[in-house]
Amino acid sequence: MILKPGKKDIKAIGYYLGKIIVGLSLTMVVPILVGLAVGEISPVVDFLISMQAGLLIGIILIKLCNTDCELNWMQGMVVVSLAWIAAMFLGAIPMYLSGHWGSYLDACFDAMSGFATTGLTLVQRLDHMSLTHNLWRHLTLFIGGQGIVIIALSFFVKGASGAFKLYVGEARDEKIMPNVIHTSRFIWMVSIAYLIIGTFVLSLIGIFGGMKPFSAIFHGACIFMAAFDTGGFSPQSQSILYYRSFAFEIATVIIMILGALNFRLHYHIWAGNRKEIVKNIETTTLFVSIITVFSIVAIGLNQSGIYPNAVMFFRKGFFQLISAHTGTGFQTIYSMQFVKEWNHLALVGIILAMGLGGAVCSTTGAIKMLRVGIIFKAFVEDIKRIILPEKAIVIQKFHHIKNVFLEDRQVRSALLITLAYLVLYLIGAYVGMFYGHPFLRSLFESTSASANVGLSCGITSPSMPAVLKVTYILQMWAGRLEFMSVFTLIGFFVAALKGE
Amino acid sequence: MKVFSIKWLLLFIFFTGPLCFSSAAEHVSSVELINRASEYEARTVTYKGEVIAEVMRRGDFAWVNLHDGDNAIGIWVPLALIDEITYTGSYKAKGDIIEVSGIFHRACPEHGGDLDIHALSLRKIESGKLTPEVINPLRLKQALVLLGILLLIWISTLFFRR
Repeated sequence: MILKPGKKDIKAIGYYLGKIIVGLSLTMVVPILVGLAVGEISPVVDFLISMQAGLLIGIILIKLCNTDCELNWMQGMVVVSLAWIAAMFLGAIPMYLSGHWGSYLDACFDAMSGFATTGLTLVQRLDHMSLTHNLWRHLTLFIGGQGIVIIALSFFVKGASGAFKLYVGEARDEKIMPNVIHTSRFIWMVSIAYLIIGTFVLSLIGIFGGMKPFSAIFHGACIFMAAFDTGGFSPQSQSILYYRSFAFEIATVIIMILGALNFRLHYHIWAGNRKEIVKNIETTTLFVSIITVFSIVAIGLNQSGIYPNAVMFFRKGFFQLISAHTGTGFQTIYSMQFVKEWNHLALVGIILAMGLGGAVCSTTGAIKMLRVGIIFKAFVEDIKRIILPEKAIVIQKFHHIKNVFLEDRQVRSALLITLAYLVLYLIGAYVGMFYGHPFLRSLFESTSASANVGLSCGITSPSMPAVLKVTYILQMWAGRLEFMSVFTLIGFFVAALKGE
Repeated sequence: MKVFSIKWLLLFIFFTGPLCFSSAAEHVSSVELINRASEYEARTVTYKGEVIAEVMRRGDFAWVNLHDGDNAIGIWVPLALIDEITYTGSYKAKGDIIEVSGIFHRACPEHGGDLDIHALSLRKIESGKLTPEVINPLRLKQALVLLGILLLIWISTLFFRR
C-alpha cells in the first residue's frame, strides 16, 4: 500500500524549500553590488527584480508552511530535488531579462547548466554581455558546485538531523567533520581560500598576457569559479582559447584537477596528511584512468595527424581530456573541430573521460572514481574466488581516508549508480539521434550533459529543438543529484496521485 | 610570328601568375574556416569581423579577436597594424569592424596548435562606438512594486508578532 503524502509532509517540504529560495535570492546581492560598482544600472534593476521575486516566493512559502518538525528522509530528498528546479527558474530570471537568451527556456537551460556545473550554453552575443550578468553566470557555478542546499545548511537550517538528509540528497554522502553544518562551512572555507589564491594567479598570468588589471582580475575570478567548480562557463565566447596562453592553460588544468578531488581529501591535505593523495583509491583510480583514456585520445589524434608536436598535443589533446575527465568543459578548440578535425577514436576517448568523472564529494558529475575503483576491486575479488581453492577466504580492502573492507552493499550501490548513468547517457543519445544527429555526436553531447561536463561538439545551440533542450536540462539535473532524490520526487508524485 | 607571340604570352603568365595567386586572398567566414580548416591551411584569407574584448599585446605583436556573428577568431597582428583599432566590443561599446588579410592556420605551430590567422594587412571598415545604457522604466516600476510588497509583508510580520 502506498501512503499518500499528508499535510505535514507538504508543510515541511514547503518550509525548507522556502528557506533555500530565500538563501538563493540573497546570493544575488553579489552581482547587484558589482553592478553598482562598475556602473551597470540596467543589469542591477534586472537583479533587483529577480532577487525580490525570489524573496517574495520564499517568504510566502515559509509563512504558509511554518513548521518546527525535522525533515524525514523522503521529505529531505524531495526538498533537494525541488530546490534545484526552483533554483533553475529563479536563476534564469536575470539571465532572461538581460536579453542575451532567445527564450526563457534557453535561460532556464543555462541556469540549470550553471547550477549543475555543466557549462553547456545557449547564450547569444556573450562578448557583449554586462559584467554583472557574466558574474552571475559564474556565480551559479560556484553556488551549484558547493551545493545549493549547502548555502541553506550553512546559514538557515537548524538541527543536524534534518540538515544531514538535505546534504545526502544533494549527492554528498560523505561527512568531512562530525557535524554536517560544520562540514558545509568547511567546504565554503576551502572554496573561498582557493578562490583568492586561484584568482590571484590567473590575474597575474592575464596581466602578463596583455590584459588590463581590472579585466584580468574579473576574468581570473570567473575562470577560477568555473574551473574549481568544474563548471566550464567562460566570460568570452571562445572559452579558454580566448587567452592564447600556455601558462593560463596549465593553471586551469591544475585548478580543474583540484576541483575534481574529494573535499575530504582536501581536508586531509590541509591537515598535513599528504600521504593520503597517494594511498586513496580515488586518486589512484583517477591517475590510472587519465593515463588510460589519454592513451586512447593520443592514438586517435596521432592517426588524424593534426597536432604533430608535444606542445600541441598537450595544449589540445591533454587539455581537452582533463577538461572532460574533471567534468569542467573548458575548450581550447572550437566545438566543430571535435567533429571535423578529431577522429572517432579520439572522440570515444573524450566520451569515456566524460562518462567516468572525478571524485565523490567534489564538484564533478558522472560515475566517479570511487565507484569505478570499487567495481574494479569487486571484479578482482571475484577472479580471485575462481582461481583460489574453494576453502580460501578472499577479502578485498581499499583505502579511502581509512582502510575499508569491500562489502557487497558497496558494490551493489556502485553498480546501480553506474548503470543509471549509462542508461541516462544512452537516453540522451537516442533523443539526439531522433533529431537526426549521428550516434557518436549524440552520445558525446548526451554524456556531456548527464555527466555535467559541458564540452560540446556543436549540437547544443539556441536553434536546437525545445525537446532536446528539455532533455538536456533533465539530464543535467538528474546527473548532478545522482538520481536518488530525483527518484524520490517521482515516487512522491506517484504517491500523491495513487496513494491512500 | 606565331611562335613569338606564344613566347610573350608564356613570359607574361610566368611573371604575373604568382602575383595574381598571392593577391587572391579568399573572403571567408568563421564557419567556413572552422568547418573546412584543412582546405584553407596555410592559405592567405581575408576575414572580416567586429573587434571584441581586449587587444592583448605580446611583444611586437598582439592578439585581436574578430567576431563575424558566428564565432570569434584570433588574429596575430604586428603592433604596427593595431593603431587603427579604436573601439573593442563589450557591454558598453560596439567594436570596430576590421578586415584582415593573412595566413590561416588550422593548428598553428607557433601558437600551440591554435586555429588562428597571422595578419599581413588590416583595414578598418567601420568605426565602432560607445553604446549608452538604456534603463527600461517598466522594469524600474516592477522593481519598486516588488519592494513595496516585500516591505508590506515585513511590516505585517512585525504586527502579527506583537
